[in-house]
Formats: sequence, structure tokens, C-alpha cells
Amino acid sequence: MDHITFLVAVVIVTALAFDFTNGFHDTANAMATSIATGALKPRTAVLVSGALNLVGAFLSTEVAKTISGGIVDERLVSPGMIFAGLVGAILWNLLTWLVGLPSSSSHALFGGLIGAVWVGAGSHGVHFDKVVEKILIPAVASPVVAGVAALIATYLAYRFTARARQKPVAEGFRIGQIASASLVSLAHGTNDAQKTMGVITLTLISAGALGPDAGPPVWVIASAGLAIGLGTYLGGWRIIRTMGKGLTEIQSPQGFAAETASTTVILTSAHLGFALSTTQVASGSILGAGLGRRLAEVRWGVAGRMVIAWLVTLPAAALAGGLAASAVTHGGNAGTTVVALVGIALAAGIVVISRRNPVHAHNVNDTHEITLGAASPTDVRTAA
Amino acid sequence: MSIDWTALGQVTAVSVGVTVAVVAVFTLGVLGLARVEGGRAEPAGPSVAGRAQAALCFLACAAVVAYGIYLIVPQFH
Repeated sequence: MDHITFLVAVVIVTALAFDFTNGFHDTANAMATSIATGALKPRTAVLVSGALNLVGAFLSTEVAKTISGGIVDERLVSPGMIFAGLVGAILWNLLTWLVGLPSSSSHALFGGLIGAVWVGAGSHGVHFDKVVEKILIPAVASPVVAGVAALIATYLAYRFTARARQKPVAEGFRIGQIASASLVSLAHGTNDAQKTMGVITLTLISAGALGPDAGPPVWVIASAGLAIGLGTYLGGWRIIRTMGKGLTEIQSPQGFAAETASTTVILTSAHLGFALSTTQVASGSILGAGLGRRLAEVRWGVAGRMVIAWLVTLPAAALAGGLAASAVTHGGNAGTTVVALVGIALAAGIVVISRRNPVHAHNVNDTHEITLGAASPTDVRTAA
Repeated sequence: MSIDWTALGQVTAVSVGVTVAVVAVFTLGVLGLARVEGGRAEPAGPSVAGRAQAALCFLACAAVVAYGIYLIVPQFH
């Protein structure tokens, strides 16, 4: 293990930290609608999702051979750039979590890497045509496809059950939701834990601690799985509230339709080799399910803010990654330490601000808004 | 840069088709269950038919879930 330098150790720790934020950022994709309809108790939902993420991490043997899927020129990528990119991705994930916006963790990671490589190696290190092909097109298409599927399915479900007794119907769909949400979690574990494993493995290879073409050692699989599972279990309650309550009021047939649509889109695209963001698929499904039930109110303001967050994610993470990369390239180990310390300070600051108006398992379904600063009137009333 | 419209079309068609089919079949199963509960006061007829309908539909959904797990787990391929 004498190949593991200070920088490599820092990259590994940062990659696991990113994996952790990825977990709690994405709990909502699988579980938000189940929590909102009461199909699963909030604590149970995150436990199931976290456990399935861990299982998924061990199941995925086909670890990503590239960090970025060809978006950046990987011959030019140094561990320092990976570190800078990860810092940018983590900070963007935390910031969007603070305001309760579901944004794509994969886009944050790609953005961070693009920024870091651009600054560290020059713009020729970034393959912009690949950015369009691998990120932009799936980002536009996948939520639309998922939304249309969920819309039609929801409409039919309500049409069929219009004259049936509502209690057993709602109960039946709640049970169905548990199955569909679990599938989303499992698919998420196999996809997203894999990305972190890829980052760590490639860093170890570039440092000479592993031979070229080596697979990830068991400790890498285990730690990446644990980091994403723990993050999921901790639960990104702010984002769960936005997705389960904020976009539209979800009932159990809608939840079932939305989760089924998400699972199907994720599985069919993976089968045909499309990379896509689970977050955007899940958001599209929920919007579609909201539109499919007549009289369901869709809050377009929330949807609009979410779309803006999607657009900004990549450039914002790229900016942060680029800034970090310039410090790391020019400052060496000292620069790396400074970036790490500044990153930790900013992360701590975001957590402190979130504490002023915390969202947790007990109040996640109370309201549909995420407020910063002083507690909102609803919180005061429930506390009194 | 080239957009693979065929693949995109395939994803769309398969996703929409499978989602709508699964949700429709599951809804029929739920309706069967609702008939069982609603039919208790009546003669046995609707209750048995409802149970059979529910069992059949949920079995079909379980098969789809099993196929989904098969797709997710690379060891099965």
C-alpha cells in the first residue's frame, strides 16, 4: 500500500463523501412517493432503500471502465483533477439539497470533472460533442418519456377504478408501490455506487497501486456500497418533501404509476446503452402522474425551479470544479489541503443553515415547502 | 454528433407500452380485490371471480418484476 500517496488518500475519502451525498440526494427518486402516500413509513422507506443500494453495489460487477464515459479525455486526467471535480460535485449536491431541489448527482459529477479538466489540462481535454450526446439529449428526452408513460398509466388507473370502492383500491396500490419503489432502489444501487467504485479504482490504477485492467478490490466495493447506503438511510428529507409533496399531491395509484414508469425507463435505457439521470426520470414521472389525475394540482413554480436547477447543475459544478482545480494544479499538496479545508467549511456552513429549519422523518409530509431561515408557521403550530 | 432516433424511439415505445400495461393489469388485480371485499354480502359468485381475477393479474405483475430483477442483476445474464 506504499503507492497510496497523500493525494490518492484524499481522492478516495472525497469520492466516498461524494457517494454519500449521492445517496441522500437520490433517496427521493425511489421513495418520495411511497413516503407521501403512506405506503411505507419514512424510516422504513429509507432503511429498505439504503439496504437495496448496498445489495445493488455488490451485484454490479461490471464496474464503469471509464469515469466519465468519454466526456473528458482520460489520458489527461490526474488524481488532483478528480479530487477537484469531486469537491465541485459535492458542494453543488449539498447546495441543491439545502433548497430541496432534486438535481442530478451524475451531472454534478460530470460537471465537476469537466471544469477540473478544462482548467487543469485545457479545453481540448473536454469532448463537447460527447457532452451533448451523453448528457444533453438523455436529459431532455428521459423525463419527457417517463412523464408521458406515467401520465397515460395514471389516467387509465383512475378511469378503471372510478366506480370501485376507494379504500381497497388505495390499499392495493400502496402495496404495489412497495415493490416498484424497491426496484428503483436496486437499480440505483447498481448504477450509482458503481460510479464511485470506478473513480476510486481508476485513481488506484493511475497511482500504480493496482495493475491496469484490475477490477475494484473488495474493500472498494464494500466502502462505496456502505457510503451510498448510509447516505440513502440518512435520507435527503428536504428533497423527499419536494418530490413527494412539492410538485403535486400524490395518491397511491399515482405513486404506483410514477414508480413503474421510472423503473421501466431506467431499465429500458440501460438496456439500450443510454446514460441518464435517475433524478430527472423520477421527477418527470411524478409530474406526469400529477397531470394524469384530473383535479390534481401541479405546482408549476416548483417544476420550473427544478428545471432551472437541472440546467445550472453542470455549469455550476464545472465552475466549482474548475476553481478547485486551479488551486490544486498551482498549489500542489498545500493547494489540495486548502481546497479540502474550504470544501469542509462550506459543507459545514450549509449543514448549519439547514439546521435552522430542519426537515426530518417526522415532519417530511407536514407541508410542501422548503423554507430557509426561521421556522415556518406550520412548524410553529405543530410544535406548540 | 448524431442522434440515434431509432434507439430513442425504441426507449419511448417500450417504456410507455410496458408502464401502461403493468399499471393497467395491476389496476385490474386491485379491482378484483375490491370486488372480493365488496361482494361479501352477496352470493359467492363475484367473490370467487374477483379472487381469480386478482390472482391472475398479480401473478402477471410478479412475472414482470422478476424480469426487472433479471435485467438489473448482471450475474443473471
